[in-house]
Amino acid sequence: MNYTIDILRQENRVAQPYRQTVHFATDDAEMTVATLLKTLNATPDLTDTDGKAVSEIEWECSCLQKKCGACAMRINKKPQLACDTKLGEFKDGKISLEPLKKFPVIADLIVDRSVMFENLKNIGLWLEKEARHTKKGEDVAYEASRCLQCGCCLEVCPNFIPGEDFYSAASFVPSGRVLSELPKKDKADILNSYVDKIYKGCGKSLSCRDICPAQIDIEHLLVNNNAVAVWKRFLK
Amino acid sequence: MSINIIGAGLAGLSAALTLAEQNIPCNLVSYAQSERSQSVMAEGGINAALDTSGEQDTVEEHYADTLKGGVYLADENAVWGLCSHAPEIVTKLDRLGVPFSHNDRGIVQRYFGGQKKKRTAYVKASTGKMLVTALIDEVRKYEVKGLITRYPRHRFVQLVLDDGTCKGVRIADRFTGEPTVLPGSVIIACGGMAGLFDGMTTGSTHNTSDAVATLFSQGVELSNLEFVQYHPTTIGISGKRLLISEAARGEGGRLFVRRNGEPWYFMEEKYPELKNLMPRDVVSAEMVAVTARDDCETQVYLDMTGIDKKVWKSRLSDLGDQCIHYIAVDPIKEPIPVSPGIHYFMGGIRVDEKHRTNIDDLFAAGECACQYHGANRLGGNSLLGAIYGGRVAAQSAMEKAGDEHIKAEVPYQTKTDHYEVSPALAERISAVLYRSLPIMRNEADMAAAQQELNAMLTPDLNEAEKRRLYLALAMVRSAINRKESRGAHKRTDYPERDDTNYRKQSVVSFKDGQIILTLSDIPERRTK
Ligand SMILES: Cc1cc2nc3c(=O)[nH]c(=O)nc-3n(C[C@H](O)[C@H](O)[C@H](O)COP(=O)(O)OP(=O)(O)OC[C@H]3O[C@@H](n4cnc5c(N)ncnc54)[C@H](O)[C@@H]3O)c2cc1C
Ligand code: SF4
Ligand code: SF4
Ligand code: FES
Repeated sequence: MNYTIDILRQENRVAQPYRQTVHFATDDAEMTVATLLKTLNATPDLTDTDGKAVSEIEWECSCLQKKCGACAMRINKKPQLACDTKLGEFKDGKISLEPLKKFPVIADLIVDRSVMFENLKNIGLWLEKEARHTKKGEDVAYEASRCLQCGCCLEVCPNFIPGEDFYSAASFVPSGRVLSELPKKDKADILNSYVDKIYKGCGKSLSCRDICPAQIDIEHLLVNNNAVAVWKRFLK
Repeated sequence: MSINIIGAGLAGLSAALTLAEQNIPCNLVSYAQSERSQSVMAEGGINAALDTSGEQDTVEEHYADTLKGGVYLADENAVWGLCSHAPEIVTKLDRLGVPFSHNDRGIVQRYFGGQKKKRTAYVKASTGKMLVTALIDEVRKYEVKGLITRYPRHRFVQLVLDDGTCKGVRIADRFTGEPTVLPGSVIIACGGMAGLFDGMTTGSTHNTSDAVATLFSQGVELSNLEFVQYHPTTIGISGKRLLISEAARGEGGRLFVRRNGEPWYFMEEKYPELKNLMPRDVVSAEMVAVTARDDCETQVYLDMTGIDKKVWKSRLSDLGDQCIHYIAVDPIKEPIPVSPGIHYFMGGIRVDEKHRTNIDDLFAAGECACQYHGANRLGGNSLLGAIYGGRVAAQSAMEKAGDEHIKAEVPYQTKTDHYEVSPALAERISAVLYRSLPIMRNEADMAAAQQELNAMLTPDLNEAEKRRLYLALAMVRSAINRKESRGAHKRTDYPERDDTNYRKQSVVSFKDGQIILTLSDIPERRTK
C-alpha cells in the first residue's frame, strides 16, 4: 500500500509552520504511526514529493505501547497516540500529522504540555494524610491513576483554554484518586480548588471521554468526583 | 547543600522523596516527565514478604530466593537490606494510596517467578503505573513547598569532576539547548540501557544508554554488563517487544510447545516444583532448547485458558485487553505465541551497598545501577530495588552533603556541543550486540562482534557515537571475559558454572582510551 503523509512542520518555537508531504510504501498494515515516523527518520536521503530533502521529523515517544502519553499528536485531525494508530486504519492511504494545537509548538510534532503539570500543582493534587482504602475507593483510585497526561482530552474539550481557570479532564481524572482516598475533613484544599477549577467550568459534554486513548471511564469519575467534592459538601 | 538526581522514574522519585522528607532540597532532572518513564510500564508487581496469604513467608526466604535467583552473584549485605526493608516499603506505598487490593490480612499478593510463596503485591497488571502515580503526587507536594525542583525536559550532559570528586552536573534543556550547571553531589537514576538494543527490548526509548556511556567515558566504573535478561514471554509488535507479564504465569498460565503435534508442557515436566515459574534465565534457556529439537515446533505458546474468569476480571483484565489489542488473540480463549525478548539489565554502574560509585559524591540507583539482582533478576524485585536503592542513595548523599567541598563553586562552566547517535549507527550497533549476545552465547560470535564494533570506531563519528560504541564494546568484552555459564550469561562453550574463578563481579573501566576489565570479589556477608 502507498501512503501519502502530510506533516505540519515547524523548525522551532518561533519559526513559520509549513507543510511537507512524503510518500511511503509498506504492506504492513499493523505498522503504527510511531514506527512510520521512526522509519522515515532512519531513511537516508529522504525527499518529499517535490524532491526536497526532509530534515529529521521531531516527535516524541517513550513506551510505544500506549502507557506513557508522550506521542500524542493530531492524526487526520484527531488527537491520538502515534504508537496506538495503525496504518491499516487509513484505507485511502492519506495520513496527516500535526502537533496538538492547544499547546505551544516546540518543534514539528512536539508541543510544550507544561501547563498540564502546573495545573495539577495549582489544584493541590496530593494526599495530606495517609490514604484510606475502601473497595469502591480502590476501583476509583485505579481508574484515576491510569491517566497518561497525554492531553488528548484537552484538545477536544470545548471549555479548556491553556492558562485559563478551567482545568478540564486531565486534572479531574487524576483528582479522583485523592478525592476517593482522603476522609472528608482532610481534603478541604483540594475540594475548594476542585469546585473552582473543575466543577464550575465543565459543560459535561464528555467529548473528553470519547477521545481518551486510555479509555478511562471519565464519566464515572466525573460523577463520582462531583458527588464527593460538590454535592456531599453542600447537602450535608 | 544541594543534591541532584538524574532520572525521575521510581528510583529518582524515591530518592527525591527521601531527601524532601528530611527537609533537604534537591533538583530532580529527567529527560521527560515521570509519567513518561519506563517505570510506568511495569506490570506484574513488587515483592515483599508481607505474609498475607497464610504461607508463613519470611524475609529470610525472600533473601534466599533473591540470591539463588541471581545465582549467588549479588552482594549479600545489600540483598539483606533490600529484602528486610521490603515490607515497610510496600506498606508505605499502600499509605501513599497505591490501590493494592486488600483482604482481612492486608495487601493481596500473587505468585511470581523463582519464589515459592505468594510475595508479589500488585495492582492488576499495571503496578508500575500505580506506583509512579502515587509517588508523583507525593513529590508534587514537596515541589510546591520548594523542596524539590524539577528539570523535567532536561538531558544529562556530563559530570563536573574535580580531582576524582563529583562537584556537580551539567544538564541541558532538551527543547532549547540551554545549558545549566547544578553544583552538588549527584545521584544517577537514568534507567536501563535499552538503547543498546534499539527496538528490540520491552523498555522505553528514552533510556538510550547515553547517560551511562558518558559516565563510563568520564571514568565511572561499570559492572556485570554481560548479564542481560531475556524475559521468556514477549511478543514482537510494531517497533518493540511487548511484554506479557509474569503475572500471567503467576496466576496459572502454562507454557507449551507442540511435540509431534501434541502440546508438551515442558516446564512442568522438567521442573515439577516451580514449573512455569522458574527464574527467567532458566525458562528462556528451556524455550531455546525445546524449540531447537527435531520433534518440536519452533513456536512456544502461553496457555492462559485455564485461568478462572474471576481472576481475569479482578487481576488481569488489562493484560487480556493488551493481547486482544496488539495481537488480536483473546488469551481467555486461545493460547498466545510468545518468545524471549530483552527486558532488563542486571549490570550497570558499579555501586557498593550504600549505592556509592567509584567517584566521590556520585551515587547511582535503579536499573542503571548494578545491585541486588546478581546474574538474573527475579520478577518483582526491580520495582523494589528502584525504590529501596533510590532511598539508600539519597541517605548516603545526605551523609556527605554537609561537607564543605560540595558547597564550593563549580570549577568551570563551558558549553559543549550536543551530539546524538545517528539512527543508522544505533541500528548497526544493536544488530551486532543482538547477534552476539543471545540467550546461548559462544566465544567465536562474541569475538567477531568485538572486531566489528572496533571497526565501526572511525574518526568521523561524533562523541556520542564513540561513547555508545565503547559501551557496547565494554558489554561484549565483559561477556567474553566470563568463561562460565551463570544466570543470564549462558555459553555453549563453557556450559558449567565455575564458582572458583567466576563467582566474582566483572568490573569494567575506561582509561586513556582503553577499556580495562577486571574481576572483583563479592563482599562477604556480615553477621546479622
Ligand atoms: C514492560 C516492563 C514491565 C516490567 N514489569 C516489572 C514488574 O512487574 N516488576 C518489577 O519489579 N519490575 C518490572 N520491570 C522493570 C522495572 O520497571 C524497571 O527496572 C524500573 O522501573 C526501573 O526504574 P528506574 O527508576 O531505575 O528507571 P526508569 O523508570 O527507566 O527511569 C529512568 C529515568 O531517567 C531518565 N533518563 C534516562 N536517560 C536520561 C538522560 N540521558 N538524561 C536525563 N534523564 C534521563 C528518564 O527520563 C526517566 O525519568 C518492568 C519493565 C518493563 C519494561
Ligand atoms: S465533559 Fe466536556 S467540558 Fe467537561 S472536561 Fe470533558 S470535554 Fe471538557
Ligand atoms: S484523561 Fe485520558 S485523554 Fe486526558 S490526559 Fe488522561 S489519559 Fe489523556
Ligand atoms: S509512546 Fe508512550 S503512549 Fe505512545
